[in-house]
Amino acid sequence: MREALRRLPAWVTAHPIASFIVFFAVFPFLVPYQSLATQVLIFGLFALGFNLLYGYTGLLSFGHAAYYGLGAYGTGIALAKLQLTSLWVALGLGFGAAMVGGALVGFFCLRRRGIYFAMLTLAFAQMLYFIAFHAADLTGGDDGLRGIPLYPLSLPGVSLSLRHPLAFYFFAYALVVLAVAALKRILDSPFGAVLQAIRENSDRAVACGYNINRIKLLSFVFSASFAGLAGALDALRLTVVPVESLYYTTSAQVVIMTLLGGAGTFFGPFVGAATFLVLADRLSLFIEFWPLVIGVIFMAFVLFLPRGIWGTLTSRRAP
Amino acid sequence: MSDVSLTALTAQVFTGLVLGGILVLLAIGLSLIFGLMTVVNFAHGSFYMLGAYVAFSVLGLTKSFWATLVLAPLVVGSLGFLVERFLIRRLYGRSPDDPLLLTFGLSLAMVEGVKLLWGKIGLTVDPPKQLAAAVDLGFMNFPIYRLFVIAVTAAVLVALWVFLAKTNVGLIIRAGSRDALMVRALGLNLNRVWLLVFGIGIGMAGLAGVLAGPMRGVYAEMGVEIIIDCFVVVVVGGMGSLAGAIVAGLLIGEIVSLTTFFAPRLAEIVVFVVMAVVLLVRPSGLFGEAGLAE
Repeated sequence: MREALRRLPAWVTAHPIASFIVFFAVFPFLVPYQSLATQVLIFGLFALGFNLLYGYTGLLSFGHAAYYGLGAYGTGIALAKLQLTSLWVALGLGFGAAMVGGALVGFFCLRRRGIYFAMLTLAFAQMLYFIAFHAADLTGGDDGLRGIPLYPLSLPGVSLSLRHPLAFYFFAYALVVLAVAALKRILDSPFGAVLQAIRENSDRAVACGYNINRIKLLSFVFSASFAGLAGALDALRLTVVPVESLYYTTSAQVVIMTLLGGAGTFFGPFVGAATFLVLADRLSLFIEFWPLVIGVIFMAFVLFLPRGIWGTLTSRRAP
Repeated sequence: MSDVSLTALTAQVFTGLVLGGILVLLAIGLSLIFGLMTVVNFAHGSFYMLGAYVAFSVLGLTKSFWATLVLAPLVVGSLGFLVERFLIRRLYGRSPDDPLLLTFGLSLAMVEGVKLLWGKIGLTVDPPKQLAAAVDLGFMNFPIYRLFVIAVTAAVLVALWVFLAKTNVGLIIRAGSRDALMVRALGLNLNRVWLLVFGIGIGMAGLAGVLAGPMRGVYAEMGVEIIIDCFVVVVVGGMGSLAGAIVAGLLIGEIVSLTTFFAPRLAEIVVFVVMAVVLLVRPSGLFGEAGLAE
């Protein structure tokens, strides 16, 4: 039994998609309440997008709230303001908004490297926050975008209501499985190999003849799109888009989740999202200032466990 | 333009100078720490916030604004020493992202920590009685306290310049930011210099917080709000350049202040537009050298 447990991380690493499908099929029955499971899926997806950029390409973004928020507002505005009735079209609009936003902001931010990049992503995300804050006609401003209707999901031949938490969970589950499979495909492609080459040594990637600016921009756009899908799903889950979804605290959350779980590891983002959300859920029962505890834990991880939970579990240890 | 609005406009220019001064005090520390240690201190704004809170308490204890003006930055600067010695020093030699992430966690913890110690509701600090009035500049009245802030900022900048340009320690700091390995090879202990520079930078952030408190109020999120403006200043001015920090700080201060006057809804957004334009025209910033720590 102990032997089996010890081999589990290695097996999971070898069969990532199958492990993901199996684990998250039973996950909602393992947590105190189902909406927490949905949150883990959605924030895991958000962190997955962040991880593609930071963990695999080596670009630290402090402004991923922008794409999460664009996804959420895109979908929310489509349903609540444009009166669209198709969930698919609304999700597509949120996804598209994040993709376009990622391309635009990425173009500017990638003009600088290293720590400037981090500062720029943060600055542009704050700009979007202020724009959403002031454009109250469209976004609801400070009150958030309210009254997003949750229409039934139309599939060929059937129409499914998503009102039950478990129904919504499995709807999100299906989309997140697709996203995880897409990420696997990206990472296994030659393009994915170049991303990791850029992370390890960008000068050498240039010397090998790669147009690294174009590749970085593409990674940025993919990353933003995953984050946007997460935001779009969260808008449906909450049926409201709080303006804080664009605030720097949202960017902070995704950085913390990814680092806790393990940046540059396949499952790190989901492990981190689950750890963060369960910790926040439990801590907030006892301590009013629970982010203080999270901040200290996060610092300890940066100092002592830079590979995160999943990265530490799966790294080769001496027998 | 009528006389009244011209007066208001002039007042706004002065207000921009005050805001710019605060930004310069912060951005110079940020830039100095970065230039020497290639550490981007995300918690810089949180030390500014802490300066304002510490000032509130020191003022309560000593009842003297002048004592507070000296003591509070010293308290905050000492905390800066501790942070460098026990946290940041562990990360030298790792990716420059790591100190950024660490200080980011520190900043989160500090925001919640001050709420725990001083309460969730913001505080107000009054300017000292001698400086509370407005002075008649001939064409308008302007609060003396704001002129005082401009004067203190200028004095600190002159003192810093003398320190860096005319003293031996200043020489070592300048040499260390040029070529740390060479300075080490000459047998100088750079660890102590880094400690000192980090403490000075944090102390200046604390001073900025002490000065800003009576004008802008004291609240936990004030630091994170201003750090983003500081990042813009540093990108526009060029990281590691002290002249760049001064020019860009004053420029951003004026731009924010004047936009608040003409189009208040755009005030928070215009700084980012300026930043985007600078990035397109001069990616390394107004005074920056291309390729520094990239």
